[in-house]
Amino acid sequence: MSNSGTDRVKRGMAEMQKGGVIMDVVNAEQAKIAEEAGAVAVMALERVPSDIRAAGGVARMADPTIIEEVMNAVSIPVMAKARIGHIVEARVLEAMGVDYLDESEVLTPADEVYHLNKRDYTVPFVCGCRDLGEAARRIGEGASMLRTKGEPGTGNIVEAVRHMREVQAQVRKLIGMSEDEIMTFAKNLGAPYEVLLDIKNQGRLPVVNFAAGGIATPSDAALMMQLGADGVFVGSGIFKSDNPEKFARAVVEATTHYQDYELIGRISKGLGTAMKGIEIGTIAPEQRMQDRGW
Amino acid sequence: MIKIGVLGLQGAVREHIKSVEASGAEGLIVKRKEQLDEVDGLILPGGESTTMRRLIDKYDFFDALVNFGKHKPIFGTCAGLILLAKDVVGQDNAHLQLMDIKVERNAFGRQKESFEVDLDIKGIADGFEAVFIRAPYVVEVGENVEVLATFKDTIVAAKQGHFLCSAFHPELTDDHRLTAYFVKMVETAKLAS
Repeated sequence: MSNSGTDRVKRGMAEMQKGGVIMDVVNAEQAKIAEEAGAVAVMALERVPSDIRAAGGVARMADPTIIEEVMNAVSIPVMAKARIGHIVEARVLEAMGVDYLDESEVLTPADEVYHLNKRDYTVPFVCGCRDLGEAARRIGEGASMLRTKGEPGTGNIVEAVRHMREVQAQVRKLIGMSEDEIMTFAKNLGAPYEVLLDIKNQGRLPVVNFAAGGIATPSDAALMMQLGADGVFVGSGIFKSDNPEKFARAVVEATTHYQDYELIGRISKGLGTAMKGIEIGTIAPEQRMQDRGW
Repeated sequence: MIKIGVLGLQGAVREHIKSVEASGAEGLIVKRKEQLDEVDGLILPGGESTTMRRLIDKYDFFDALVNFGKHKPIFGTCAGLILLAKDVVGQDNAHLQLMDIKVERNAFGRQKESFEVDLDIKGIADGFEAVFIRAPYVVEVGENVEVLATFKDTIVAAKQGHFLCSAFHPELTDDHRLTAYFVKMVETAKLAS
């Protein structure tokens, strides 16, 4: 008897992506560039986050035609985004055979109270988090992979750094706690007790945690790896740069050899202009994507 | 003590190191080709084979790995099995071509078809918890290849001389019997050399 959709199979899929770069793409041509550059997976979208931000309005699941086009173009895994709490978008993407779903704050939430019950699905999910409470709630709902939220589409790394440091610091604190302190810690974080207990016993998060939301240069990617990320998502950074092929390859290399500063210096030469960034303070509070999610 | 390297360019590296250590050997993450001189055997881990191949070329690992395989044991899991194969279905050029096997990538389908199952591995382990993730399988084997495990009539583990491969991920479970078997292969090879 074989079993599909088990925790091991879903979490294991994310384990295989470790040390790699997952790139946002909007068509087959970009997907091929990403695969050729050494991406471990692509995220198929209708628009990259910076364009979603610029366009405003309601952002929804991508047109299935685009996702299908990308799935046919590459042999690496294809991910796609569903709106927070949108059961049908998620089911449609699962039925299409997408390899990994992102229940994503980059899209406009469909439910302002509840996230998806991700345990119900055979397809694994990745979800965003800013701290251990959010991370543990998503794990409790069945997420098989985490990523920092950062502030998507800004090309500004500051929020991703904040979120990665926060999660890491809280995990370290939890591991150092005695068991009788965990319930109150769980209460204060709004985190499920059992998930925290599991993290304490294992000495680490039970799923991989990638960095996302604002990575715009090879050095940004290496910085996130140094802070403890298992890998990185690059959204707008690659295909909004002057030379996407070269840029994509440089980000992959910097992620693999994140402590080889000479190499990062060398591959950063002559990359052309990175995407234009946005200062976080200039974004109106209601435009901040990271505040979406409960 | 036996020292086993895990190619650390991308993929499930840490889990293999843990499994190697649980099997009584020392583990080393190999990120540069010079480190191959320090180890008695090598594991090519699971991950994305296309990504790993690109990084193998980028860091000039290719010849060093082929040369390593001439003298010392290598164990490839999932993507690692693809790297070892002489032929890959639908591809003009395979990778290291160290094992006389023909493999098909993503042979069981996409992620939603990924699964786990209890397998018997001939002479190594009965009821082994095998986790298959977007896994390949072996379509054909040469005459010197010993088939170690099958699932639904497809070959999912095999051995040829000092090469071992599995389409599944022994590193994702706490069942270290297959890794322990590889550690023994490395010990034997070291004694013989």
